[in-house]
Amino acid sequence: MQKVKKIPWLITVVIFAFLLVFTAFSSKKDFLHGEKNIFQKQEAIKKFGFYLDAVNQQAGIDFHHYSPQLDPKLKHIEPQIASMGASVSVVDFDQDGWDDLYFTNSRQGSQNALYRNLHNGKFENVAEQVGLADLNDSVTGVSMGAVWGDYDNDGYPDVLIYKWGKPELFHNDHGKRFVNVTDSSGLPQWVNANCAIWFDFNNDGLLDLFIGGYYSEKLNLFHTSTTRVMPESFRYANNGGRKYLLMNMGNGKFKDVTAQYELNSTRWVLGAAAVDVNGDGYPDLFIADDYNVNELYINDHGKRFIEVGRQAGIGNIPKSGMCVSLGDILDDGKIGIYNTTITENGILLQDNNYWYPESGSTSPYPHFVNMAKLAGIDNAGWSYGAQFGDLDNDGYQDLYVANGFISGKKNTSYWYDYSKITSGNKAIIEDARNWPDMKGKSQSGYEHDKVWLNRGDGTFEDISNMIMPDVTYDGRAVAMADLWNRGVLDVIVANQNNIPLILKNDLQLHRHWIEFDLKGTVSNADAAGAEVLLEWDGKKQIQVITDGCGFSSQNSHRLHFGLGNRTQVDQVIIKWPSGKTTTLVHPQIDKLHVIREPE
Amino acid sequence: MLFESLNKSIRGNKLFQRIPTFSLLPEFLKRNFTYVPPAFITLLLLIGQLSFGILDSYVNLIVAVATAIMTEWLLSYFVLGIRKNLASAYISGISVGILIRSTMIWPYIITSMLSIMSKYVFRYRGRHIWNPSNFGVSWMLFMAPMDVAGLSIQWGSNFLALVVIWILGLIIVNRAKRMHVTIAYVISFIILAYVRSIITGDTFQAEVAPLTGPMYQLFIFFMITDPATTVSTRKGRIIVAILIACVEFFLRLNSFIYAPFYALFIVGPIARFIDLTIHQPEPAFVRSA
Repeated sequence: MQKVKKIPWLITVVIFAFLLVFTAFSSKKDFLHGEKNIFQKQEAIKKFGFYLDAVNQQAGIDFHHYSPQLDPKLKHIEPQIASMGASVSVVDFDQDGWDDLYFTNSRQGSQNALYRNLHNGKFENVAEQVGLADLNDSVTGVSMGAVWGDYDNDGYPDVLIYKWGKPELFHNDHGKRFVNVTDSSGLPQWVNANCAIWFDFNNDGLLDLFIGGYYSEKLNLFHTSTTRVMPESFRYANNGGRKYLLMNMGNGKFKDVTAQYELNSTRWVLGAAAVDVNGDGYPDLFIADDYNVNELYINDHGKRFIEVGRQAGIGNIPKSGMCVSLGDILDDGKIGIYNTTITENGILLQDNNYWYPESGSTSPYPHFVNMAKLAGIDNAGWSYGAQFGDLDNDGYQDLYVANGFISGKKNTSYWYDYSKITSGNKAIIEDARNWPDMKGKSQSGYEHDKVWLNRGDGTFEDISNMIMPDVTYDGRAVAMADLWNRGVLDVIVANQNNIPLILKNDLQLHRHWIEFDLKGTVSNADAAGAEVLLEWDGKKQIQVITDGCGFSSQNSHRLHFGLGNRTQVDQVIIKWPSGKTTTLVHPQIDKLHVIREPE
Repeated sequence: MLFESLNKSIRGNKLFQRIPTFSLLPEFLKRNFTYVPPAFITLLLLIGQLSFGILDSYVNLIVAVATAIMTEWLLSYFVLGIRKNLASAYISGISVGILIRSTMIWPYIITSMLSIMSKYVFRYRGRHIWNPSNFGVSWMLFMAPMDVAGLSIQWGSNFLALVVIWILGLIIVNRAKRMHVTIAYVISFIILAYVRSIITGDTFQAEVAPLTGPMYQLFIFFMITDPATTVSTRKGRIIVAILIACVEFFLRLNSFIYAPFYALFIVGPIARFIDLTIHQPEPAFVRSA
């Protein structure tokens, strides 16, 4: 029997009690700080100088997304499986100098919507008249997203609709109508895809396609003979869909070169972005995988892709990768990669990543460090899409993250059921029959989207409850665009099973800005992959033109830079995919510059 | 108890008797027997890490283990006035490092501290009554959900590694003469999973699924079988294991994700208290300055 020394024991008890109290209160910070601070618009403008106003009605956007209806064998967890499909892409489809919006719908019989910008604050849905509305049925599948790219370099962006079904390619006939050219294009017959991007991986001046499969392409979720459709593991699933790398042959046809280029994994892809991370002039591919680690494919001079996720530091910890977006948050001319995941307090703490390129790496491959926690942009919720953009034109990129998984019955949660099944062995988890009936329960539902304001020192302030209406839709895709050509970035959010949010930025600070619209000539016409480095006020910010990034989204083709109160830009260096460079010295500010690649 | 039984078993093995080098092993283990269980849990950790990559970060694990060892070393010296063997602290640290998940370092430090300190704070008749890591992990999961989550997800689908973990685990509890505890609990869990499936309408596979996951493998091999906090009779241990499964049953019906930890947190100290009251004579002098 060991004797206890009284004084040391008492000291131990005091420390122990302190630790118990500390830990108990550490998770109750909100309780200590009182109710969340919901601002009215005028208060927000006074404090931050801007407010994101929901203007759906004024803009004439009456779109509503509906989730797909699945095979009856999957009905008991239909909200879980059919939880995606709300997408938004920004495109100037008629090349009138005003950005338009395209939303996908996902229920059989529902219609997609193409909102043409009427230049007066309003939009008009022209999807039906141009042939982009009626694309959702059980035979060809339902839309999950759309990505625009001028694959034939005729000056008008064409569109790929990726589906849980047959991907469909539409050629843009001078902004008047869209012609379905799928059958002659060589696209795969069926892909259960939630991600696709256009990029020119071999820099031949023709946009190629990447499509990332989510559910296996062998499955038809509307008429399935098997219930073995779910991931085999929560952290190491390799039974997702295959990837497709489709090389543009220049004659309207695409060749499947996936195996040749070594993109052979079958993980559950939710997001991808093409960006040159090693500075060799070829776009590399960052892929966000659900139920597994992310992948980084280095482009070996257009000849093959080499997966280096682990060596690069981004592929070590399996998280639920949901999106990939690009931003230079420090104004140091380095592109970081933001990758959303899932956080549900007490159950799953993954935290979103901001992968910042590390300099001085001795490895032959680039290396990244996760700076999300340091920057304060780690904990969002069940996140999907995210985009960077300078919302207050102060010269620093802010961040918008869409949140919320399934908003079912209030005060219910499927998380217990979910944790039960996802801890099980492969044989149990992958069979949908074993998944408990959702019975209309919520799972990470009713979450508010996050708006993080860049303080300019590498850290962000969470202003979510102050800067926009207090709505808690299940956010999916986020895109940013200067919708009304005001020199201000607006935000568009596609919400699952709900209306989108058209958030018009009421910026009342008289700050400066500059925008660029690049036209490739030797490079692909979209100039996808072009980098624009803006130098001013001792800062340098880099942005990249992407044809698709985030989650099921596409930003405006124009690049927007806030300049703060500075009235002069030192210079702008444009690096075209062809390797050519354009330098602009002291370009005029508060203006959109349309720059054509030198031939 | 665990060490003696392991020693006997190894000495009795004919292979060890035939091979001269191996014949020295029992003697070596006899002298250093304290380090066998930590070696086993380390081996399990290695298999889990190499096969599935169960750890999100080596740093978190190292911090948890180092904190547990340091806390034990300090408290055993200052509170009890002895130099305690640090093997059990090492196991507690590893359990904390594996069982909790946080994106910050401090929860690993505090959970390890709370785990070890609970041994010194909550004492009855000169013995601690809570399984240390069960106390720390349960407290943090329940009270600090914004900072900590648990290992409630699958390691992976590598079936061979899973089999190895089960075999190793069963060897450990067998040598510790606690196989009956594991079996009593597992059988109870399976029966009650069936009952739950009838009540909830969910499939039996869904209800029994957690048992195939890593959280339970650690729970049934290392936590409920801990010789220092189980009761003193075989019959008593079986009853306690069944009671834990029963309390867990009700917690599960109320959607507690970490039900097994909470069940042990509730049942363990009560059982230990009763056991010590019955079987442990009251010390003449428990505390001294």
